[in-house]
Amino acid sequence: MKPRVAVHKFSSCDGCQLAFINAGEALLQLATLVDIVHFAEAGYADEEAVVDIAFVEGSISTPQELERIRTIRANSKTLITIGACATSGGIQALRNMHDTQQWVEGVYAQPEVIALLADSTPISERVKVDFELWGCPVNATQLFAVVRSLLSGVTPLLEQETVCQECKRAQTVCVMVSRGEPCLGPVTRGGCGALCPAVGRDCYACFGAAPQANTAALAEQFAAQGLAPEAIARRFLFINSHSEPFHSEGKKWQGEGK
Amino acid sequence: MMSDSTFLPQSGLAQLLTELAAGHRIIGPQVEQGAVQYRSLQGAAELPWGVRVAQQPGSYRLQRQGSERAFAWANGPQALKPLLFAPRESLWQVVKTAAGLSFSETLPPPERLAVIGVRSCDLAALALQDRHFLQGASPDAHYARRREQLFIVAVNCSHPAATCFCAASGDGPNAVSGFDLLLDELDEGFLLTPGSEAGQQLLAALSVSGVTPAQRQQVEAQRRAAAVQQRTLPSSSLAGRLLELASSPRWQQIAERCLACGNCTAVCPTCFCHSEQEVPQLDGEGSEHLRQWDSCFSAGHSLLHGTPLRADTAQRYRQWLTHKFDSWHQQFGRSGCVGCGRCIAWCPVGIDVTEELHALCGDEA
Repeated sequence: MKPRVAVHKFSSCDGCQLAFINAGEALLQLATLVDIVHFAEAGYADEEAVVDIAFVEGSISTPQELERIRTIRANSKTLITIGACATSGGIQALRNMHDTQQWVEGVYAQPEVIALLADSTPISERVKVDFELWGCPVNATQLFAVVRSLLSGVTPLLEQETVCQECKRAQTVCVMVSRGEPCLGPVTRGGCGALCPAVGRDCYACFGAAPQANTAALAEQFAAQGLAPEAIARRFLFINSHSEPFHSEGKKWQGEGK
Repeated sequence: MMSDSTFLPQSGLAQLLTELAAGHRIIGPQVEQGAVQYRSLQGAAELPWGVRVAQQPGSYRLQRQGSERAFAWANGPQALKPLLFAPRESLWQVVKTAAGLSFSETLPPPERLAVIGVRSCDLAALALQDRHFLQGASPDAHYARRREQLFIVAVNCSHPAATCFCAASGDGPNAVSGFDLLLDELDEGFLLTPGSEAGQQLLAALSVSGVTPAQRQQVEAQRRAAAVQQRTLPSSSLAGRLLELASSPRWQQIAERCLACGNCTAVCPTCFCHSEQEVPQLDGEGSEHLRQWDSCFSAGHSLLHGTPLRADTAQRYRQWLTHKFDSWHQQFGRSGCVGCGRCIAWCPVGIDVTEELHALCGDEA
């Protein structure tokens, strides 16, 4: 029997699910290797299915989502988070640093129908996660490599190096050294192929912090190059604001928040 | 050696490139993405005419000058290394067949490359890379394939950067060997010195004239001036010295500034560390074995059976510096540093290897 696979969605933009769909031919090949039993965006809907591999996109933001993720965990042999939302709480975790209730009351005509948890959190804060794939969105090559590893019965090899390593191998000229851009590549986990520097812009760390991330030294360098403290704070408090060491580094430069 | 030299007027550069292009794909310096980079060169017009470079720790900026020279810049982030030791390449592949696994090597297609503009520091680095990849017990077939047909036109460095210290490492600024043809650039043209039989042949096809005493004097003055550099190395050999400083508090101080990003090792022209990985096809019917540049600053570099031997940045920086400047002597009979200064300029936080060495050895920079 072929392994059963589900792709679930929580609070997110659907962009990581699109990494599957955009893969085109690879997705068709995947469909011959596994049974995709739940993937609402692609048309398969059986959310309660018991599966071998569950991919989870999105963060846990509501009481209903908390219940759903517990059921999914119980039904899944291997649970893999895909993308920044599921892995670190995502861009929507910016609300964790503010009074969410006040925002809800300011935005919605009937705030009482909006049920929210106090924080937008990564899946791993709620249930056990077996593997985490970073990125906003995830990189399809990484995604399919993890699937291949699991099909072969080997532990997937996850990226540990910095974006700088990929950037230098691509022979992209460093945007920080040559132009003074506040690039987060030196403290960011690789896996994207150093996409942003390749098009001449600074990395904004959508793949999260690299294992040895020395955010303090990089932030000091940004300051020495003239970046204002608030701007430094925003570099770190962005897509992965809820994860360390970005959270503490950002708060340090922001001064007192919340 | 300058006695073999002849003079080629600036207008003759096009002829030199045409002669080279007859048997080679030419790689030459060009401005791309705000830096001088070695790329396929279609003609003399693509060279970085009038470009100079200002380099400081953590900073590299192009400057346009009125000067009519093509080689008046100090090195950019890379030169020969990526042309010979590919940043990422397939070493072999394997497919499942009815008879079992079938392996095949994936050598790069043979190609005659000519690189123009190579600096003395990079020739010294090339000699070290040759030593590592070709002169050991198991020569590297991929490196050898690219290396054996390489034609090198070196250019003596006339405008070293503030980050350069090739005079201190003993590797420049003037090239003495390892090239086919050597150029000294003057405003009105080039002094040409052959370094091999192939270089001699190329020279014979060019419309050159004798070198005037004034031109000779200008070149001599230029060579002397380029050797006056700001950065120095500790005055006595570091062989055996850094390893004795393994417990210096300086390593921890450097680690507080170091990002462990690995930029220094990626731009270092002598760093040869790499990692290898399997890239299987999704259907599991075949796999490619990839080699890519790695760094002693990455976690995987010292990972043995799931345990990193050098878990923190202080240990990784110490590994890099002690290998490069100390244990390299034991391994290759000389220091692993050629004084190009790239690790200083391209470090995002501007850590200066010469400053660290002076501090570790307890002497003044």
